[in-house]
Amino acid sequence: MDSAIAPYLFYLFSFVVVVSGLLVVTLRDIFHCALFLILCLFSVAGIYVLLGADFIAAVQVLLYVGAIAVLMIFAIMLTAKVSGIGIKQQNEQVPIAIITTVAFVAIALYGLGKTIWNIKTDVAIPDNTTMAIGKLLMTTYVVPFEIVSVVLLAALIGAIVIARRN
Amino acid sequence: MRLELSPLLKIIGDWISSLGLPTWLVDLIEMIGAAAMVMGMAFLIILFLVWWERKLSGHFQQRFGPMRTGWHGWLQTIADGIKLFQKEDIIPKTVDRKVFYWAPVICFASSFAAFACLPWGKNLWPTDLNIGILYIFAITTFTVISLLMAGWSSNNKYALLGGMRSAAQIVSYEVPLTLSVLGVIVATQSLSMVAIVGAQEKVYNWFIFRQPLGFLIYLIAATAETNRAPFDIPEAEQELVAGFNIEYSGMKFAMFFMAEFLNLFLVSAVAVTLFLGGWHGPFLPSWLWFLLKAFLIVFVIIWFKWTYPRLRVDQLMEFCWKFLLPLAFLNLIVAGFLFR
Repeated sequence: MDSAIAPYLFYLFSFVVVVSGLLVVTLRDIFHCALFLILCLFSVAGIYVLLGADFIAAVQVLLYVGAIAVLMIFAIMLTAKVSGIGIKQQNEQVPIAIITTVAFVAIALYGLGKTIWNIKTDVAIPDNTTMAIGKLLMTTYVVPFEIVSVVLLAALIGAIVIARRN
Repeated sequence: MRLELSPLLKIIGDWISSLGLPTWLVDLIEMIGAAAMVMGMAFLIILFLVWWERKLSGHFQQRFGPMRTGWHGWLQTIADGIKLFQKEDIIPKTVDRKVFYWAPVICFASSFAAFACLPWGKNLWPTDLNIGILYIFAITTFTVISLLMAGWSSNNKYALLGGMRSAAQIVSYEVPLTLSVLGVIVATQSLSMVAIVGAQEKVYNWFIFRQPLGFLIYLIAATAETNRAPFDIPEAEQELVAGFNIEYSGMKFAMFFMAEFLNLFLVSAVAVTLFLGGWHGPFLPSWLWFLLKAFLIVFVIIWFKWTYPRLRVDQLMEFCWKFLLPLAFLNLIVAGFLFR
């Protein structure tokens, strides 16, 4: 995306990602949390589009919104007695959590400040990312790709075995 | 002389850019203009399809369908639309108000957003994305979310059951639907809708002849995606009264209703683009060919609805996972060998 409005869109998407992410972990209605998670994931897809990764953006929406979020909502719907009940998102470990979070943010900010970021790439971003990703998955990264497939297949078979037992 | 629309749009576009406005404003005007044109087209299609479905269902059942408002009832949908506008907007007391409000909006928007990369005719498309068909599948997944939102927020057991049935069905049938399309993508080496139409210039190149099995799987899965009979257990009247939209009335109900017909046209238009040569055809203008072919597929899907009895839920899932899915994989493997 090289449009003049791209920077503004970036800030818009980032804002939505951060706000909806915060709402996911603070709201009391678990169904609303799931919906804001969807909004968060969708905005991340928007950032992918701005980066020129259109294939990844579409897959992000297709898998995270279309499959994983739907699965979560199903889990919520099938769980008895969660509707309309405010569920506390905090417990007695809040002080410890705050200390850990502050420490993590400090370290992350320190790391971010120290790193020299490559703003420009040496290689041109391919116009058709789908084909480029496909070629890389079938050549350079074929072993990790196959391992991931086998792991997913194992998970699938495992799920079927567990479901059959009941 | 074929009456093409794209030169006309080009004249308007040139005129706007000759006004000396800043580039971003010209871009904005063109974007909004294109969206408004597609929106207008979508509403015309909905108006027509609602009337057409009622007429066809009437004739399939040996009755006339709407006859009194205008010639053969052609004004019926407009009358119904005005009626729905005037209805009181009833929101039940125990609903989750915000989710209840947004569900029909998301449902309509997700169907409409997919229209952005349909090639309506020769040089006539709002945008040509590299990932065209994938974009359509991705953006329409929000329909599932909206149905679940409607079902959950209504606080009604029929709505909840209907929403869950819809979602389970759509998520399941999305798998063979996506796989059935892959054969075409393997052949054209592109996800772009325009490139896929470009590969089908001659009739014998149409993918319905090169991928007949893929077309059949697509048509069946698409019928299920639109929650229409024989796959209409999400709104089985005898069990659920109306399904996910039972608590909705007035314009909110109308938005779900319109989204259903938009979806019906969308799956047909995608079928035309992928398998029936898109806007290619002799004599008539290209956009008319596109519409005619799309309405043909719509007719076939409506024909299914009024011919077949409803499937049971276990038959529905078994048919999807044990029959359509293996067939779709087989089709993909064959396509991989054919189009090497």
